Amino acid sequence: MRFSALRILKEGLTGNRGWQAHWADATPKDRYEVVIIGGGGHGLATAYYLAARHGITNVAVLEKGYLGGGNVGRNTTIVRANYGLPGNSEFYSHSLRLWEGLEQELNYNVMMSQRGVLNLCHSDGQRDAFARRGNAMRNQGDDAELLDREGVRRMVPFLDFESARFPIHGGLLQRRAGTARHDAVAWGFARGASARGVDLIQNCEVTGIDIADGRVTGVQTTRGAIRAGKVAMIVAGRSSQVAAMAGMRLPIESHVLQAFVTEGLKPCLDHVVTFGMGHFYISQSDKGGLVFGGDLDFYASYAARGNLPMAEHVMEAGLALMPMIGNAQLLRSWGGIMDMSPDGSPIIDRTHVEGLIVNCGWCYGGFKAVPGSGDVTAHLIATGTPHPVAARFRLDRFATGRGLMDEEGTGSQHNLH
Amino acid sequence: MRLPCPLCGARDIREFSHMGAALARPDGGDWGPDWNDYLHNRDNPAGQTEELWYHGQGCGGWLVVTRDTVRHEVRGARLAGEGAGA
Repeated sequence: MRFSALRILKEGLTGNRGWQAHWADATPKDRYEVVIIGGGGHGLATAYYLAARHGITNVAVLEKGYLGGGNVGRNTTIVRANYGLPGNSEFYSHSLRLWEGLEQELNYNVMMSQRGVLNLCHSDGQRDAFARRGNAMRNQGDDAELLDREGVRRMVPFLDFESARFPIHGGLLQRRAGTARHDAVAWGFARGASARGVDLIQNCEVTGIDIADGRVTGVQTTRGAIRAGKVAMIVAGRSSQVAAMAGMRLPIESHVLQAFVTEGLKPCLDHVVTFGMGHFYISQSDKGGLVFGGDLDFYASYAARGNLPMAEHVMEAGLALMPMIGNAQLLRSWGGIMDMSPDGSPIIDRTHVEGLIVNCGWCYGGFKAVPGSGDVTAHLIATGTPHPVAARFRLDRFATGRGLMDEEGTGSQHNLH
Repeated sequence: MRLPCPLCGARDIREFSHMGAALARPDGGDWGPDWNDYLHNRDNPAGQTEELWYHGQGCGGWLVVTRDTVRHEVRGARLAGEGAGA
């Protein structure tokens, strides 16, 4: 089934009786060439690119809950490529370019909206740092504009520019950045993978990883044993538990990150605005809700909900930046389980077990990485060698100290990112 | 969440900083796998865990807190000087 304007017109005139399920809910077979543990954004994208770019379709995606029920459905939908360090820079640039062609690639409306991401700065020093970051972004081939205070005011006049503590000095704008419809991204990749023969298996929890002579041979699941030539662990916040089944102890600590949405409002915020000094960022969804979030709760957690002190802090920061949102009613809040790495950058690598791949460490930035991560993980699985734009996402960088990617410059240590 | 500080009693979580898993520090000064494990690799349990918390806005004590990472249930706390690490 292909989506098109003509199809919508036809279905509209014939009672919408022709629509079909977007993907098939498969039952597990005994054996696959590749088994992907985790049916979230990254796992589904990996399955899609394995099939679409490398012709590997004998693939199963095993999801213990329902497809897209984890972090890909629990984020704030922001897409950007504003990283400064080699390794991250080329990867996120690659991912943003995939986002720009994603709807055509998938024939699926992921509602990619390049509305621009504006990072605010509040001091001369921060403006200098933004100038440097903007240059890094332009050097990687992406767009960045440094705005002065009046430039920011023309875009978002409703901010509190006179704040005594954090007066707005300017901002760094990436116009090609923006938001996408998070669930549709999972559904689009699922549909594309399923159409190419990938088995998407829900309610199938992996309970063991089979290894013989140093090589992965399959997985044990709640729906029986499945043989596999290669296995990829792409499970975000649950990475430590799955990797432990292969005898691994990962440099990951799981933390909860909260986000919030208000009732639907008329259009009032055209961009994504980030207020780093308050650890606050906000955008408006297409339904009209103001979607915003802040920082981690800053304790290890597997609960998909946070505590009230961080909720209060986020509201305070939001009101300090945009006093006008004070009358909006908060509709919902939720938490995602973040796979925090010591240096704040991800890991996509082989492991000590032949045929076993690990993809984790996305911290609180996994959504924008979905297409890029899927593409490069599929490349690693299919060819056995890292994709050039992800060659630095090595698991051993913490043990060796070589190639750490600490964007914030705070040190490669848990609890700092 | 409230943490039961052995010196101050039950206090709001905002008085404390989470300082990571409570681990035994390796002996010896040379870099090696034991230091990499100590600094980077984690059991990261989904369930009961022991972790360090610093009571910065209270008594300044370092606590080893036993807590459930899934339920956010706090099961106890002792001073880190009384033995940290499993």
